[in-house]
Amino acid sequence: MKEIRLMKGNEAIAEAAIRCGVDAYFGYPITPQSEVMETLMDLRPWESTGMEVLQAESEVASINMVYGGAACGKKVMTSSSSPGISLMQEGLTYLAGAELPCLVVNVVRGGPGLGTIQPAQSDYFQAVKGGGHGDYKLIVLAPASVQEMADFVELAFDLAFKYRNPAMILSDGMIGQMMEKVELKAFKPRWTNDEIAQMHPWATTGKPKNRKRNIITSVELDPLKFEAFNIKLQAKYKAIEEAEVRYEKIMCDDAEYLFVAYGSSARICRKAVEILREKGIKAGLLRPITLFPFPSNQLKELQPQLKGILAVELSMGQMVEDVRLSVDSKLKVEHFGRAGGAIFSPEEVAEALEAKIIGG
Amino acid sequence: MSVDVKEIIRPENIVYKKSSALTDNPMHYCPGCTHGVVNRLLAEVIEELGIQEDTIGVTPVGCAVLLYNYIDIDWQEAAHGRAPALGTAIKRVRPDKYVFTYQGDGDLAAIGTAETIHTCNRGENIVMVFINNGIYGMTGGQMAPTTLEGMKTATCPYGRDPKRDGMPLKITEIVAGLPGASYVTRQAAHTANAVRKLKKALIKAFKNQEAGKGTSFIEVVATCNSGWKLTPVDANKWMEEHMFPYYPLGDIKDE
Repeated sequence: MKEIRLMKGNEAIAEAAIRCGVDAYFGYPITPQSEVMETLMDLRPWESTGMEVLQAESEVASINMVYGGAACGKKVMTSSSSPGISLMQEGLTYLAGAELPCLVVNVVRGGPGLGTIQPAQSDYFQAVKGGGHGDYKLIVLAPASVQEMADFVELAFDLAFKYRNPAMILSDGMIGQMMEKVELKAFKPRWTNDEIAQMHPWATTGKPKNRKRNIITSVELDPLKFEAFNIKLQAKYKAIEEAEVRYEKIMCDDAEYLFVAYGSSARICRKAVEILREKGIKAGLLRPITLFPFPSNQLKELQPQLKGILAVELSMGQMVEDVRLSVDSKLKVEHFGRAGGAIFSPEEVAEALEAKIIGG
Repeated sequence: MSVDVKEIIRPENIVYKKSSALTDNPMHYCPGCTHGVVNRLLAEVIEELGIQEDTIGVTPVGCAVLLYNYIDIDWQEAAHGRAPALGTAIKRVRPDKYVFTYQGDGDLAAIGTAETIHTCNRGENIVMVFINNGIYGMTGGQMAPTTLEGMKTATCPYGRDPKRDGMPLKITEIVAGLPGASYVTRQAAHTANAVRKLKKALIKAFKNQEAGKGTSFIEVVATCNSGWKLTPVDANKWMEEHMFPYYPLGDIKDE
């Protein structure tokens, strides 16, 4: 039976987490995502599914709790917003180094610094290029609706466990705070400890006599061994790039001018495409759903029919670099963005395409 | 009269042997370092309590970073100072397991102060082992929060000056003031008697966990003869003369 509700993006994350059998949430409040933990605390999932929810003393502690729980083979998550995610970078590089699956939700606000509590997309570099020290990548999903906020919780865990890699939902204050209709999935039971021991033989579950001890670590003092580990990590990221690209194409078949935008920017660009089409301009939108892996090949394929691309994002120009890297340098690629919590209108975006790409 | 070695090591004559929970890996610690003794005691306690299959340990950053090579249980390696956060999560998602953390003074009382305080304040049902040798051994002997007044280290070459650096931090006394910590004790491992007392404390701590009593916190006042630039024997003497007066041994709290 379909269960449909009107929910905030942040609430949808919490509800979806309980329903898809998440074992634990460790977090620290920060605007504009505090409703994730508030909703969990209100729903008391420890009584229904046994899911653990704890307000930690800091973001640093939260992400390290995620590490501890994830290393036990459990489905563990946290959520935060930009300044909090910066504090979590230490834990994220350790999670990546220890090849642990987990979910981190970033409901982005304007930065740098303490910044604003309004939506932004200026954490793109931090999310897709590593963020912490060392060569590593997160699997990054960018929801553009409250429905996707809910759906991507399970998807993120599936991908995280498939590749033993941390996954991030990169949302923003607009999608976190907006209310929309959501179709909720049925409850799935949490994995039992026996199932975990069987499915994730690497996990620290207590060492039975018949197996070697499991050590979850990211330290290796031998440089050649650690180089080999880095090469192995890169091969994993390559496999993710080959198999897990997700995107949406809107009016792309005959498009001559293309917007590339994700999340809330993509919603605004969708309307801008309509505005331009009414004027007889063949505009289209490619919406990356995965930011790592980035839909580079899909952009490359569209290139022969295109006269130009406008990368639209709530930042001063971050994703545009990946767009440029995806296409031939002969194709015009420009950036349009606003920052600090300011948002563009569909009309502004349409005008920007006309000015920067068609007229520029 | 020659002694037949085989006669001496006949099973019925053995009074002290390697714990079966210890691996065959040679320890990397400097000769005279306290870590080796405490690692061994942990293995003995885990073996004697019969909890080898049900224990998950958390190792620190610093000299004991490779502790997971020595005791044959499941392990997680934490970032600097974060072991109590890992311990919190492990115990909460696997309350059926015994969980302990192992940290040095930089780890537990400097970079990880917040995690230490809040884990004990929440009364997480784990055992925390804290090795306090008053110096950063791994990184080459820099000042620790617990470095004694006037003690010389690489980053206080003229001696710790409380006006500049603050007084040595008695984090264990701070922890004892937290309601979530049920058992807080300060021990050492420099004599046979001290080792016996430390082992008793460790056993009590693990049993407290079984009884769900909250956090058990065991400080071990330790030597770092390399960092202190003393022979192992002199380091023990120096510890007795200088460390014990400021960090007195014994139970601070037992509820």
